[in-house]
Amino acid sequence: MDKFTVHTGVAAPLKRSNVDTDQIIPAEYLKRVTRHGYEDALFSAWRKDPEFVLNKPIHANATVLVAGPEFGTGSSREHAVWALQDYGFKVVISARFADIFRGNSGKGGLLAAQVEPSVVDALWAYLDENPGSEITIDLENRRVRAGDVNEPFEIDDYVRWRLLEGLDDIGITLNHDEAIADFESRRPEYLPTTK
Amino acid sequence: MGKTLAEKVWQSHIVRQAEGEPDLLYIDLHLIHEVTSPQAFDGLRTAGRQVRRPDLTMATEDHNVPTIDIDKPIADAISKLQVDTLRANCEEFGVPIFSLGNVDQGIVHVVGPQLGLTQPGMTVVCGDSHTSTHGAFGALAFGIGTSEVEHVLATQTLPLKPFKTMAITVNGQLPDDVTAKDLILAVIAEIGTGGGQGYVLEYRGEAIESLSMEARMTICNMSIEAGARAGMIAPDQTTFDYVQGRERAPKGAQWDEAVAAWQRLGTDDDATFDAEVIIDAASLSPFVTWGTNPGQGLPLSGSVPNPVEIEDQGERVAAENALEYMGLTAGMPLRDISVDTVFLGSCTNGRMEDLRAAAAVLRGHKVADSVTMLVVPGSVRVRLDAEAEGLDKVFIEAGAQWRQAGCSMCLAMNPDKLTPGERSASTSNRNFEGRQGPGGRTHLVSPQVAAATAITGHLSAPADLANA
Repeated sequence: MDKFTVHTGVAAPLKRSNVDTDQIIPAEYLKRVTRHGYEDALFSAWRKDPEFVLNKPIHANATVLVAGPEFGTGSSREHAVWALQDYGFKVVISARFADIFRGNSGKGGLLAAQVEPSVVDALWAYLDENPGSEITIDLENRRVRAGDVNEPFEIDDYVRWRLLEGLDDIGITLNHDEAIADFESRRPEYLPTTK
Repeated sequence: MGKTLAEKVWQSHIVRQAEGEPDLLYIDLHLIHEVTSPQAFDGLRTAGRQVRRPDLTMATEDHNVPTIDIDKPIADAISKLQVDTLRANCEEFGVPIFSLGNVDQGIVHVVGPQLGLTQPGMTVVCGDSHTSTHGAFGALAFGIGTSEVEHVLATQTLPLKPFKTMAITVNGQLPDDVTAKDLILAVIAEIGTGGGQGYVLEYRGEAIESLSMEARMTICNMSIEAGARAGMIAPDQTTFDYVQGRERAPKGAQWDEAVAAWQRLGTDDDATFDAEVIIDAASLSPFVTWGTNPGQGLPLSGSVPNPVEIEDQGERVAAENALEYMGLTAGMPLRDISVDTVFLGSCTNGRMEDLRAAAAVLRGHKVADSVTMLVVPGSVRVRLDAEAEGLDKVFIEAGAQWRQAGCSMCLAMNPDKLTPGERSASTSNRNFEGRQGPGGRTHLVSPQVAAATAITGHLSAPADLANA
């Protein structure tokens, strides 16, 4: 995983709440067995509308999505994170993320920056006045900056550290193999097995 | 101070704890299916890793399997590739799998409990958000993403931050015509699609204690629709009776030892929750959704809301969008909404009791000419049990289609889907835009409402049939 420190990129406003993972990537695209190549699937239903925000040429190179609250609700599909990343997004900003989506983002290296609702409103206002403008997300200092907007965002300390270091969770856990084996030796015998 | 059920299960599974780091939790049961696992197995292969505990892992094929002609090769080439990939991965890594044609194939959240693999006090994960279903047994069960699937395959653990706890206390008894589905839809409408975020919900109170295991599974199943990764219910005699005698349940002296441990799991009297919601069971009635998220629901006796009257701006815009997508007019009585398709099935309502309840409503009636009704049992065993009781005949004689087991039209990854503009009454869990097929319109309902709706052709409760 690449290290994430500071990112500056074109921001697209997605003025909707409850953007569920079925909207981010419909189930018909989940039949693939690869981890990449989902750029065409991202918001595929909404992208059929020429007026959809990502269809505006000014957002062609957007890397930051500024969305309404309850982003990523519904299905656990990590494909939602992959589709956003394959399309080019590095950061999603929202006032509230669904838990599973937020977890998946951290694993895949997509930054889910949680801000106060007023900050989303301020960013939307800024982007309305300055369409196609860039936003800076500073993970080191947990700040989001755009024009006069300079506000903090929330992210879990541990996820932040992993993103800054570009670390793989499984590698970290395998260092604790002894603790896992010790736990296994103490599990009750009545617990079921699948074999 | 006392502990809650969720805290007890969490604490008994901590492998490692360190300041500033997430807890490392041991996972007792890992369920996998064809959609969210291929990239995880690929990751293992790339890193040269093994599945640590194939004996605590179980696979089944459910999300995109066909529900007709299952003896023939899967027609959709991409679905076939995904199922074939799962079979090859299970073979390579030694993971037990229940494939199409096996008597234990079915929706992963129906199969686990049915085999007795889901037991109180366990940690259960699956790359599927409806893993919350297993919380009905007093297990801590939640959906995970594919990276986490790979993590569990490799280490049988997950690094996790503790959840907060929320009590959903349902006082009194549910009226006779109100089901577990109506109750959970009402809870979601009450706390919102984000209300449970960061929490494990514990459903408790007299109404919950009176529910059967299958009804409890319906409740816990939809916890994720309120934003909570997990929902739990304290195990009691109802739970023990359900588990006892099942294939993977403890036997003999181990059974006694297990029950003794399970009896200590319930939330202590002096434990406190981080939040509590109280619901009066007697105030509930059959409940349906009108919009495009599961929180947009109302009693069936109500009318489509007028967005202008919604104060919160975000919710108002969401309601406007929903009415446009759903093709509904504000003020229209919900009972006047005509449907084209009725879907009975899914991990929410695809079990025996659901089929029995729907069959009881349908018996002696016909599905309206304007309606197509699909009945999709949650598992092969549910299908066989239903056939042994003659339920298949009730459905077929009423004019419904009796199908093979799978997720089917809940998420339309197989050929069972709505066409654009088509409207369904569905016993599944999500009414998102396009969930049941591009452009499809979904109303979430209970099995009883689904059956009554199939007969009348518009959203109806069984009581409406008597008045007709």
